[in-house]
Amino acid sequence: MATVSLEKLVKRYGSLEVVHGIDLEVADREFIALVGPSGCGKSTTLRMIAGLEPVSGGNLKIGGRVVNDLPPRARNLAMVFQSYALYPHMTVRENMGFSLKIAGQKPEEIAPQVEEAARTLDLTHLLDRRPSQLSGGQRQRVAMGRAIVRQPDVFLFDEPLSNLDAKLRTQMRVEIKKLHAKVQSTVIYVTHDQVEAMTLADRIVIMRDGYIEQVGTPEDVFQRPHSKFVAGFIGSPPMNLKDAEIADGQVVFANGDRLPLPARFKDRVTAGQKVTFGLRPDDLYPTGHGIHSGEDADVHRQDLRVILTEPLGNETLVFSDFAGAEWVGRMLNPRRLSPGEALPFCFDLSQAHLFDRESGRTLRG
Amino acid sequence: MNDNAKARFNGFLLSAAHKIGLFLAMAVICLPGLWIVLASFRPTVEIMAKPPVWIPRDLSFDAYIAMFSGVGQGGIPVIEYFRNSVIISVTSTAIALALGMAGGYAFARFRFKAKSSIFLGLMLTRTVPGIALSLPLFFVYSKLGIIDTHFGLIVAYVALNVPFTIWLIDGFFRQVPKDLAEAAQIDGCTRWQAFWQVEFPLAGPGIASAGIFAFLTSWNEFALASQLTRSVNSKTLPVGLLDYTAEFTIDWRGMCALAVIMIIPALVLTFIVQKHLVSGLTSGAVKG
Repeated sequence: MATVSLEKLVKRYGSLEVVHGIDLEVADREFIALVGPSGCGKSTTLRMIAGLEPVSGGNLKIGGRVVNDLPPRARNLAMVFQSYALYPHMTVRENMGFSLKIAGQKPEEIAPQVEEAARTLDLTHLLDRRPSQLSGGQRQRVAMGRAIVRQPDVFLFDEPLSNLDAKLRTQMRVEIKKLHAKVQSTVIYVTHDQVEAMTLADRIVIMRDGYIEQVGTPEDVFQRPHSKFVAGFIGSPPMNLKDAEIADGQVVFANGDRLPLPARFKDRVTAGQKVTFGLRPDDLYPTGHGIHSGEDADVHRQDLRVILTEPLGNETLVFSDFAGAEWVGRMLNPRRLSPGEALPFCFDLSQAHLFDRESGRTLRG
Repeated sequence: MNDNAKARFNGFLLSAAHKIGLFLAMAVICLPGLWIVLASFRPTVEIMAKPPVWIPRDLSFDAYIAMFSGVGQGGIPVIEYFRNSVIISVTSTAIALALGMAGGYAFARFRFKAKSSIFLGLMLTRTVPGIALSLPLFFVYSKLGIIDTHFGLIVAYVALNVPFTIWLIDGFFRQVPKDLAEAAQIDGCTRWQAFWQVEFPLAGPGIASAGIFAFLTSWNEFALASQLTRSVNSKTLPVGLLDYTAEFTIDWRGMCALAVIMIIPALVLTFIVQKHLVSGLTSGAVKG
């Protein structure tokens, strides 16, 4: 069991700096997800923690001990690779017991540990197969089994589910969560899929261009995004983000369409300020079809024309036309809509966000 | 005839043509070998007969018996030649493989300055015909005093084989995903252990192919060996074949018999190593 601390961690390739001095404290037994678009430095950070990439600057501590220059084997961690990285010339049993064999344990000591892990992951019947004879999901489980057997201080996952199909991914997500509950190790999980991050992690670290944009619980980053980037990255479908200006105590969009200024931003903006207005699809719904009743004080009602709908069964995503752009709304208890139809919509402004257009930072306190 | 029957008939014709073509190609490749084996059992008159005698009438082991009968009875020092060939081929192959593995691994895994130029340079050495080097090599060797030694030939063959083994083994290491060595390191291996436990077994087929190639090149090489060897100290089997040529005659039967002796170890080795030339060993390592 161990904490992981990144202190001003830097990664440089020659003169190109890709991770710019990031700070992060991961508590013991915490499940941390690193998310961000490709090239944001999340995998590089993970590989530095693993010891597969040398640290160019700052300190990396595991369990309070600086490990900057220690080789991977001296860090007592386990990693599940995106590609699974199973040893193809070994059976599942040998794959899972490999780390113990290298550590010098005797075969009779290794066997019970491998079998125990295999039971946990429901792999017992596959123990004598080779990786090439397994399906993607099974390989993924073997890779996790190989990690568990090591009883590491820290588990590292590098986009472990991105090679699986959607259904299997959901299933494995649940398994990973159960696994964490069971083994109680510190987990650092890299993914570009925000749903995975939201569902699995205790805290989410959102990275962008080698910087940390925000660290927080899933609720935190969803409800209180610090920046436009986080707001747009977390949530599916993404938040509606439209550029606007503040004038006459209202939010004025480029084509002249207006929305009332959300109450909680009244004292935080000045006239003429250039902002980005953000509203989640959940907070834009046809009247009577929303999460909220639409009776609250800070709700703005307006008729909008439907451009397109995406029925998902229990809800329908409604793309409608406002302020010269396309806005996505979420319609619960849906009924059939036809494109071109005009509907009364509720803008739940109590949930709206305003960001400074220049810096992208939130304008709420 | 309907379309299906026509397509079936065409398919049949095509596969028949395919088989005939393969048979002819194999015949071209195999018949000379067969002819050598056959000729080693036949008297010279029959070998040289015009028109040729296709069906052998008079088979005997005379050539083989004579070969081992010692000087004066048509014998040649075949044991010594064989010993030299084995020592030189095995040693040079082992060295070429060791260098090839080190070099191939470096080219496949590491980034360093002028990497592609060095690689190209290595490949360019293959464009020089070995025989063109025999005279300069002879001068250098005679100055160094390593003419007619095992060492001299081993050095020459290592130099001949290393670029090829590097090239071949590089390709095989490239096919072994980098993730595997990293996973092994996280599992507690040193880089060295990761290489021997994971990457080496997976590149095995490539290393085996490179080994066969290097061995056969050294085993069969004649041009350089004929210049750089003098006596039973270092003469190899291919050079030994020349012992059957006299000023006015060539003992074709004896030569063929020695050729058979040469072919057998090469064939046996290839059969043994062939088992390891299983391709697709890395399947299942990464996403599938």
